[in-house]
Amino acid sequence: MVDQSEINRIEALAKKIRKNILKMSLAAGASSSHFGGSLSTVEILATLYNSVLRFDVSKPLWDDRDRFILSKGHACLGYYSVLCEKGFFKNEDLELFEKNGSFLLGHPVINKSKGIEFSNGSLGMGLSLGIGVAIAAKKNKKKYNVFVLIGDGECNEGSVWEASMSAAHFKLNNLTAILDKNNLQQTGSNEDIMSTTNLGNKWKSFNWDVIEVNGHDILQVLNAFKKNTDKPKLILANTVKGKGFSFSENNNDWHHKIMSKKQYDEALKELENAK
Amino acid sequence: MQSKIFNKANFKLWSKLGMRATFGVAAMELGDKVDKLMILTGDVSTSAGLDRFKKKFPEKYLDVGIAEQNLIGIGAGLASEGFNVFSTTFAPFQTMRCCEQIKVNLGYMKQKISMIGLASGLALGTLGYTHCCIEDVGVLRPIPNLTIISPADSGEAVKAVFASLKHKNSVYIRLTGGTNIDQIYDDDYEFEIGRSITLRKGKDISIFATGIMNKVALDCSEILRKNNIDTEVVNMHTIKPIDFEKIKDSAKNSKLIISIEEHNIIGGLGSAVAESLAKINNSPEQMFFGIKDTYSEGGEYKYLKEKFNLIPSKISEEIMLKLKEV
Repeated sequence: MVDQSEINRIEALAKKIRKNILKMSLAAGASSSHFGGSLSTVEILATLYNSVLRFDVSKPLWDDRDRFILSKGHACLGYYSVLCEKGFFKNEDLELFEKNGSFLLGHPVINKSKGIEFSNGSLGMGLSLGIGVAIAAKKNKKKYNVFVLIGDGECNEGSVWEASMSAAHFKLNNLTAILDKNNLQQTGSNEDIMSTTNLGNKWKSFNWDVIEVNGHDILQVLNAFKKNTDKPKLILANTVKGKGFSFSENNNDWHHKIMSKKQYDEALKELENAK
Repeated sequence: MQSKIFNKANFKLWSKLGMRATFGVAAMELGDKVDKLMILTGDVSTSAGLDRFKKKFPEKYLDVGIAEQNLIGIGAGLASEGFNVFSTTFAPFQTMRCCEQIKVNLGYMKQKISMIGLASGLALGTLGYTHCCIEDVGVLRPIPNLTIISPADSGEAVKAVFASLKHKNSVYIRLTGGTNIDQIYDDDYEFEIGRSITLRKGKDISIFATGIMNKVALDCSEILRKNNIDTEVVNMHTIKPIDFEKIKDSAKNSKLIISIEEHNIIGGLGSAVAESLAKINNSPEQMFFGIKDTYSEGGEYKYLKEKFNLIPSKISEEIMLKLKEV
């Protein structure tokens, strides 16, 4: 049974993540940032880091920590935001986003002491890494779980399906993939660019347990994470690209776009006025 | 880690087996000795000589199916958790099919695995150029944090496999030749990644060879000796990092530098040697022996080597002609 206070905490974290996303997006300046695809992951990340992942920020290399891999690495704004909120780095570090020599580039760079398990950004690679880590857990008799966040556009990559097929073959019930299905990819809708029709059935037919949720409904997301499965689990999270701001929701211009100070101020106001 | 099975009593058998099956023999020793070992394959266990290994060490063996991108990704994931990982498949699939996974996971992220490229070069010529591999070294050489080794014989393949275990970088071990290959060494010797081995001293010209071409180079030097050309033969078992000091040393004394490889003349050993020579004042001219940037019609291994003049008589003939010019 999930109590309301837990939901409230996750909601509060989600709000902080959105605020940080705005901050980094502004800090990125002319180099721009992947805004929309980060916003669709916010409730997923907030739920994971608040209520699901086992980790100890004072011991980032703790052997028994759960492993999280952001396979859709361009969505790093949300990822860095939640790591920051959980104490892996300071809030002012977010200003370093995409700056020269920074550890916070536009795609995650491996930095385990800061909570970043792997470098990602080239799509279709994270799930294979997660499978290796999940097999290692079985071999080492460790109880940790592995979580990999992938995108719907990313499912265009054949390597996703190589990985998907093998996770079920190796019976990795310690592996959860979350599919951020926001229906848009870089230059258009999934429908226009590469149809992802019946993604849930595709994963089911690859022998995963598929749980479909509204990816912005924290209770649904949390319950999906909590459900035990015998097979690898795919949480098919229906989301909205650019979620949280009226100007960016379902507006693919915000896939990767420069944020002005005016837009930032308006967005911040909208966020603060939100329930 | 040193191999205990590295014993000259085994050399003859290993040469008969060729490098691939010898890798399988080495794997059995790895299985016994290395605790956190994982040998991965992409549905080529038999070709990699792993049939005995997978029976005896099923917990240290993983077949990921015909999916090389996943092979490298899973290998990197295991490596990040402290496993000593070997990946095994045919050279084209081990390198080019998953090249970006190698770049990101092994090069950029420095997850460390040893990749065994089976039957590289022209050995599978009857199967056509889908299965030959004349590009692997050229494709991998620009990737930072990656070491490339092409052993001269089966014994050196064992040495390379064991040396790769403690090496800091990921290693690509390029296995060339078929079965019944020539044996270069008849006794134990010191093998160090990055340090070439002078197989034969000579003061007139220098041949740098890699992989199975070391035997061709030695045979060339014999023909040349009979023609009063004193030829140095250097086994460049490590193509990256290249042994620059040795090349510099040879360039000082030799009238001509020769590279011999079972690889495209673009991108492989010859290129690595040329890049070194370019940094040396008044360096001698270089002759490149290898596959001349072409996909020929297929055929038996011997036929293809002859086609590309990768035989001692042809190479020495060309060298003698060139020496008349320089």
